[in-house]
Amino acid sequence: MSVIQFSVNGKRESIDVPPMKRLLDVLREDLHLTGTKEGCGEGECGACAILFDGELVNSCLVPALQANGARLCTIEGVSTEGHLHPIQQCFLEKGGAQCGICTPGMILATHHLLDKYPNPTMAQIQEGLAGNLCRCTGYMRIFESVQQAAQQANELTAKS
Amino acid sequence: MSERKPILGGSPIRKEGRAKVLGAAKYIDDQELPDMWFGATVRSSIARGTIRSITFSPEINWEEFAIVRASDIPGENTIVHLTKDHPCLAANEVNHPEEPILLLAHPDKTALIAAVRGVKIEYDELPGVFTIEESETAVENNDVERIIWPGSDQGGTANCFKTYLMYSGDAKETEDGLATAFENADFIVEGEYHTGAQEQLYIENNGVIAECFRDATGGIESLCVRGSMQCPYYLVHALTLVFNLPEDKCRVIQVETGGAFGGKEDFPSLIGSHAALLAMKCGHPVKITYDRAEDMAATTKRHPSRTRHRTAVSKDGKLLGGTIDVAIDGGAYATLSPVVLSRATIHAPGPYKWPHVRVKAKAMATNIPPHGAFRGFGAPQSLFGLERHMDKIAKTIGLTPEEFRRRNFLATGDCTATGQPLVEPVDMQGLLTRALREAGYHEKLARFAEENKTSSIKRGVGFASFMHGTGFTGSGERRLNSLVYLDVREDGRPEILVSSTEFGQGTNTILSQVAAQTLNLPYESIVVSPVDTSIVPNSGPTVASRTAMIVGKLVERASLQMLTLLRNEEKLPEAHTPEEFKAAALAYRAKHGSLRCSVRYEPPAKIYWDDELYRGDAYPGYAWAVYVAEVAVDMNTYMATCTRFDALQEVGMVMHPVLAKGQIEGGVAQGIGYALYEKCMWKDGRMMNNQMTNYIMPTSADLPPIHVHFEEVPSIHGPGGAKGIGELPMDGPAPAILNAIENATGVAFNTIPLLPEDIFERFTSFTDPELGGTEDMDPAVDRDTRVESAEVSA
Repeated sequence: MSVIQFSVNGKRESIDVPPMKRLLDVLREDLHLTGTKEGCGEGECGACAILFDGELVNSCLVPALQANGARLCTIEGVSTEGHLHPIQQCFLEKGGAQCGICTPGMILATHHLLDKYPNPTMAQIQEGLAGNLCRCTGYMRIFESVQQAAQQANELTAKS
Repeated sequence: MSERKPILGGSPIRKEGRAKVLGAAKYIDDQELPDMWFGATVRSSIARGTIRSITFSPEINWEEFAIVRASDIPGENTIVHLTKDHPCLAANEVNHPEEPILLLAHPDKTALIAAVRGVKIEYDELPGVFTIEESETAVENNDVERIIWPGSDQGGTANCFKTYLMYSGDAKETEDGLATAFENADFIVEGEYHTGAQEQLYIENNGVIAECFRDATGGIESLCVRGSMQCPYYLVHALTLVFNLPEDKCRVIQVETGGAFGGKEDFPSLIGSHAALLAMKCGHPVKITYDRAEDMAATTKRHPSRTRHRTAVSKDGKLLGGTIDVAIDGGAYATLSPVVLSRATIHAPGPYKWPHVRVKAKAMATNIPPHGAFRGFGAPQSLFGLERHMDKIAKTIGLTPEEFRRRNFLATGDCTATGQPLVEPVDMQGLLTRALREAGYHEKLARFAEENKTSSIKRGVGFASFMHGTGFTGSGERRLNSLVYLDVREDGRPEILVSSTEFGQGTNTILSQVAAQTLNLPYESIVVSPVDTSIVPNSGPTVASRTAMIVGKLVERASLQMLTLLRNEEKLPEAHTPEEFKAAALAYRAKHGSLRCSVRYEPPAKIYWDDELYRGDAYPGYAWAVYVAEVAVDMNTYMATCTRFDALQEVGMVMHPVLAKGQIEGGVAQGIGYALYEKCMWKDGRMMNNQMTNYIMPTSADLPPIHVHFEEVPSIHGPGGAKGIGELPMDGPAPAILNAIENATGVAFNTIPLLPEDIFERFTSFTDPELGGTEDMDPAVDRDTRVESAEVSA
């Protein structure tokens, strides 16, 4: 066992876990952050995607030890006090979530994408979300959700 | 007054959407119960044989584990759908790889991996059959060793779970008509078409948690199973047999379900029974969740198929008659294959007028894990064959695919191949015109033909015309006899109680829209009850594109009944406000203790179906569609890509445009995967690529823009004029794409999935006789099919 310290959604955590335990399981089992999902366990589907020091990673491929000192953000950290983040609001309005199992990872991937490209082209959206599989939507509603979120963020920036 | 915007046809926020975008929705693997153990399954390593011995490794302390074998089953060792051939646990013989033999439970999930490996099973192997053809050959040769399924007193013969013989009229008259048609035909066109298995690939694997409660004497009092599923009452039924308990002692709760597509229709009956058996054995709640590899290797897929057409056509492009032979691979047990085959049979003649048609269909047994329900349920298979064949006929007789179809489309007032008169308006001509216009088909046809001459990227356009029947087939809805309740709760809010489940398609949302619209209340005021069989009635399974039209109609009727009741009993005004409704409902509750309207399915007037002859009104309503695909085939890499997709459908009135578009786009994406990406690789009955790494479904970067168009024609059968929509989009993409590839390359491909290696093999065999040899150099004629006769006279 190893004591590992990191921050999740702005909260400092210190836990004693086997060093090779998957970060996904640490989040779900030790910290009860079940918004992060497991779809494939081999880094293909992106259902377990989180932000790790601002980078989008598949938490099923990260050993707990590697998270020591890291700053993590999971879906639970995207909203603030029950208020939806604009990205979440857009997914809700535009039909970006159907069964919802890919949605947490997809929203974090969108977050990461819009940090990188505040005004993404369709090709950048397609590329940026290509690591997150969705079997329900055919992605079209998700693309619209992302476009609307980008547009809203840009309008806000323009106003301020 | 109550002039409010229509709720049906608007796009209110998905009922459970907020929890989903917050990551707060609780799926089965997000839940645990106190003192819960974990379960795992020991599976067969061979395809077929008898179990000689089971030994347990001495390195493991087995006293820590609960172990369940077939002999522990308190009731019948069967998971019944239609036939009792499918064991819950294999007792003596195994009939497919990954067949469950033993169940293990332990408080520590990680201990199970070594334990599963620590069970050694020895077998006496028997020969297996792994394709439709091998299964047929065994029957033809009376190869007793390879008769893997004996037939059953509930139907079926050796190696064959079910057959259908469907005629477009009286059997003898149709056979005579066919004989004349083939005699007088100007052309006879034959074709053979194949489709592969397809994995549902819901992103959430199958999972359940079971509890077993004991009475004072230690006997089994009751069960409770919660999990990811479509049809909770199917699992109730399975548990009553496995445990020999009455229905009311088998409680099933559906929890948030992360995708299903048919893959959680029949399978939860198996995994749910397994978890309940372990809970019985260990005295703790038991959770079983599969990982991806186990889910893909062991659970159901879409049935592989072979469709053979032989068609008599006149030189003016009229269908004179046809025979269609459909065969599907059912896997090792009957499960749902007979009903999948039924839908394949009825959809095989498509949206065309056949003066005489005969459809022969069969579901064959193979030593593969049983194939099961997957969106479309047989129709995508037989419609793939039909719509490829229609293009082949057009080419053979020298008409365009468009013109040939136009000369044969069904129209209002015509009868379908089952003899069902199309009473509601059908306008395939109009749909085709609009779909081709939306897609820019004619302009592209001309432009691509020109550009292809000088480009190594060959582009093309193609389309498919089809329909999908809504609801259970024939007398199915009558047998289901669905029941719904509409309550008003203590807080004055109406609550819908149904067994129809939400797994992403929008059940909660559309049923709430129906209730809100009919009750003239805000959408937000409607509550949907959790799907718990101890509180919701059996409104049938959530399958067959039936929820919107059939269950939706029942919710509409229950809402109307409630209004009438409150108007009569509580003087609710005709045009009420939400406040007046609440006051009236609560006043009624105060007097009677509760307010519940319950409504049962009533078959529409004049619906008639003959199960023996397979004739009559096959479905209450049909959705009609024309889908257009645009493709690019790179002649350097042999990669075919769909570059644009237009999906036009008539699905009655659209209840929720955002959800409806999402349904169509999602189905089209699965259809594109079915055509060009998703290949199950089999070896001796075992899926070899049971990982997302090597079973390739389309990503966001693989899909073209999908343009969705609706024609809205109200249907009398559904609430607010709606029809079913869920499965339709699975039927059209594959044939449209392969038709477009033929348009692009001049070569007919008649097998899906069509991967670059398949295209490579075909083209290199043209140009290099050393490699290919037998390939016909004329690209218009392909190896799978044969044009029997040329035009008789000029």
